[in-house]
Amino acid sequence: MIELRDVAYTYGRGELFAGINLTLAPGSFHFLTGPSGAGKTTFLKLCYGELISTHGTVSLFGKDVRDMTRDDVALSRRRIGVVHQDCQFLDHLPVSENVALPLTASGRHAEIEPNLSDLLGWVGLSGQAAQRPPQLSGGERQRAALARAVITSPDVIIADEPTGNIDWEMSQRLLTLLVELNRMGKAVMVATHDLNLIRAAKAQVQARVLRLKDRQLQAAGADL
Amino acid sequence: MSGWLTSVIALVVGDREADRVVPPTGFTATLTVFTSAAMAFLAVFALALSLATDRLADRWAAELARTSTLRISAPAGQLGPQTEAALRLLETTPGVASARALTTEEQRDLLTPWFGAELPLETLPIPQLIEIVEEGDGYDPTGLRARLQAEVPGAVLDDHTRWREPLVEAASRLRGLGIVSLVLIGGATAAMITLAAQAALAANAQVIRVLRLVGAQDAYIARAFVRRFTLRAMAGAAIGMLAGLLGILLLPRADIAGGFLTGLGFRGTGWLLPLLIPPLAGVVAFFATRSAALRSLKEQS
Ligand SMILES: Nc1ncnc2c1ncn2[C@@H]1O[C@H](COP(=O)(O)OP(=O)(O)O)[C@@H](O)[C@H]1O
Ligand SMILES: [Mg+2]
Repeated sequence: MIELRDVAYTYGRGELFAGINLTLAPGSFHFLTGPSGAGKTTFLKLCYGELISTHGTVSLFGKDVRDMTRDDVALSRRRIGVVHQDCQFLDHLPVSENVALPLTASGRHAEIEPNLSDLLGWVGLSGQAAQRPPQLSGGERQRAALARAVITSPDVIIADEPTGNIDWEMSQRLLTLLVELNRMGKAVMVATHDLNLIRAAKAQVQARVLRLKDRQLQAAGADL
Repeated sequence: MSGWLTSVIALVVGDREADRVVPPTGFTATLTVFTSAAMAFLAVFALALSLATDRLADRWAAELARTSTLRISAPAGQLGPQTEAALRLLETTPGVASARALTTEEQRDLLTPWFGAELPLETLPIPQLIEIVEEGDGYDPTGLRARLQAEVPGAVLDDHTRWREPLVEAASRLRGLGIVSLVLIGGATAAMITLAAQAALAANAQVIRVLRLVGAQDAYIARAFVRRFTLRAMAGAAIGMLAGLLGILLLPRADIAGGFLTGLGFRGTGWLLPLLIPPLAGVVAFFATRSAALRSLKEQS
């Protein structure tokens, strides 16, 4: 569904990475690790069309990102749930409306009611539904961001360090949610430093672990 | 082309969801309401000016075209016979409905404002005035002058055209200026709303980023701003229009004088025209915001 061919990216002073080939197929589960500053966030942005590769091609659902209009990118975003590292919300709307925003923005109002409260319950935010995002703690914001990313039941879920500020118990819950969605056939890609999380996942699903290091994307060693 | 049509429909039907995604506060809100109120206020007066000068031009043209004056100056003995001759001549002139010599009293009344009531009119060599009322397309002044010259040497035809035309011309120029003012007010409103919308779009870059992230298309993002600015412009214009109408209602009435200044109000169905100002302001705001939004979304990508 998402395909990268010989991809390189640079912000202008030297390539962050180059020669990357990767396919995110339905039902696949990938972890992305690597030192801070290696380019994980940048790599994920290429995968959902926020950035355009400086070399090679990225195609979303069979279409080259380079040939897509803004509205085309918007349409494919509806099939890709993204958890941003810096969790961006509309701060003037309550958490519940923020989580429902992908459905609102694509006119799928009928799906809000049956999904919203279950999902908020699952990520442990039922009690915070009426609060504004700035009132939430870092961990709560990350959970809200994950809920927003999956509410449309997207084909692909991309999460950038989704468990950074979350306690172990809650991150297990979030992982279970991702695993369940993956079993439904969705492609999942998670950037994380959390080796325990990766181990816990490997116990439940067939997950590939990738490592961004020295400008290359490598399969991580067997130590995981 | 169906894009803007659906926008209009969503706007009219009132998709309240659409503008919730943009924070409701902000300096641009006040600016938009104030600007369109001020512009609507001015538009009411420009409209009143146009309508009043329109009426004035019509009335002057109608009144002045229908009457003219023949002045006969002659030595005392000849005044009577020349008047008779002129009246006979006018009776047979095509385009003249009637001609009538003013009585001594009427002439005295005309002169009283200048010379006082004690004027011994009979002893002064005052010209005799004949009032001509025209019919149809009026008479041919050149032909009439030629015949008068032959038969009534002391007659001078004053057909008012000499001073009527500049007046009618001035009135219709004023009407044109009123219309130009209305167009300029509309353009200035569009410009102000474009600037306010651009400021709002820049201030809400973060909101736009989030909306893009969750898959909102340009039209959806634009609509949020368009709806808000259109409603604000209409509300402001309604306030300004009411204030303008109040101002006109409070102008002193002096219909007898029928002067230009006191005639500046609206008449009859003319009162309904200012009601068009708020919806027109809405239309202007709609298109101004829409093009500003789509343009800036293109630039921000
Ligand atoms: N918008 C940007 N402009 C310039 N440099 C950037 C930008 N975003 C990130 N970088 C740089 O690119 C490198 C990789 O960043 P990032 O993708 O966030 O890494 P990671 O997520 O692995 O920590 C870092 O050195 C960072 O400073
Ligand atoms: Mg990062």
